Amino acid sequence: MSDCVTHSAPEPVFAEPWHAQVFALTVHLNETGRFAWPDWAERFSATLKRHGLSRELDGGDDYFYAWLETLEAVLDEDGGALRGEVSPVKDAWEEAYLTTPHGAPVSLGR
Amino acid sequence: MRRMPHDDHDHPHALLPPEPALRVKALETILTRKGLIDPAALDELIDTYENRIGPKNGARVVARAWTDPEFKAALLADATPVVADLGYYGRQGEHMVVVENTPEQHNMVVCTLCSCYPWPLLGIPPGWYKSDAYRARAVREPRKVLADFGVTLPKGTSVRVWDSTAEVRYLVLPMRPDGTEGLSEDELAELVTRDSMIGTGLAGGPS
Repeated sequence: MSDCVTHSAPEPVFAEPWHAQVFALTVHLNETGRFAWPDWAERFSATLKRHGLSRELDGGDDYFYAWLETLEAVLDEDGGALRGEVSPVKDAWEEAYLTTPHGAPVSLGR
Repeated sequence: MRRMPHDDHDHPHALLPPEPALRVKALETILTRKGLIDPAALDELIDTYENRIGPKNGARVVARAWTDPEFKAALLADATPVVADLGYYGRQGEHMVVVENTPEQHNMVVCTLCSCYPWPLLGIPPGWYKSDAYRARAVREPRKVLADFGVTLPKGTSVRVWDSTAEVRYLVLPMRPDGTEGLSEDELAELVTRDSMIGTGLAGGPS
């Protein structure tokens, strides 16, 4: 369990910006009353369990992948962001990054 | 066809974030357009958890409990209102329970469900707390896990493992180190590590 013996190294609160963003998005949606936290924890736990069947999760990127997958499923079910809506917007962001000059702020056309 | 981020160092365009980051941005964009979220609130939350909430909060609570018997009694009886009075409020509505280490019993916290953790007192959990390895082994073989963390307990000390949930989050009140009688509350707080409040370390030990 090498993960547990390397704990003395200083670590950032969030290893990646998107970890922070998906965390904050979920907490904000809970605070605005979109779902109760225990319900969220139950869903998230089920996703972790499913992912953990095929490999051992290390609590880093894989943890937040499971988190994101859960949030996408919850929002698809409650209509907040349907899968059919998400895909083109994601593609639009990708296109925006690839067509924005390096160093300039990236934004969607509309 | 999806274009992949490239490895060269001459970027004619903005660096493409990783795929999950684009998925998160897409969710944010849609929810913002629908008026379901306030993007400024997201920035505020990230700033709070990155800069203002962390183990220092818990350390202050522990140091106070070491120096103020009445505070300690109230904390052990019902921690949630006591820490709320200090401004450490569970935003997800959870109850916080403080469990005290003694020479007879060492306490250790895990969340086998996902990674429930006393955010207001400790901030965001470290990666190892969220790992399958810790979540499984903390329950099955806590003494071995403690050994991995460099903690060896006297033979007579039992280990109790507390499983946090979305509703109840545990914080360990570590034992006050010997020889600290003359220290102020602030100095004592410096001895209280994050791991000592999860139970995978001891106060005053290696951080």
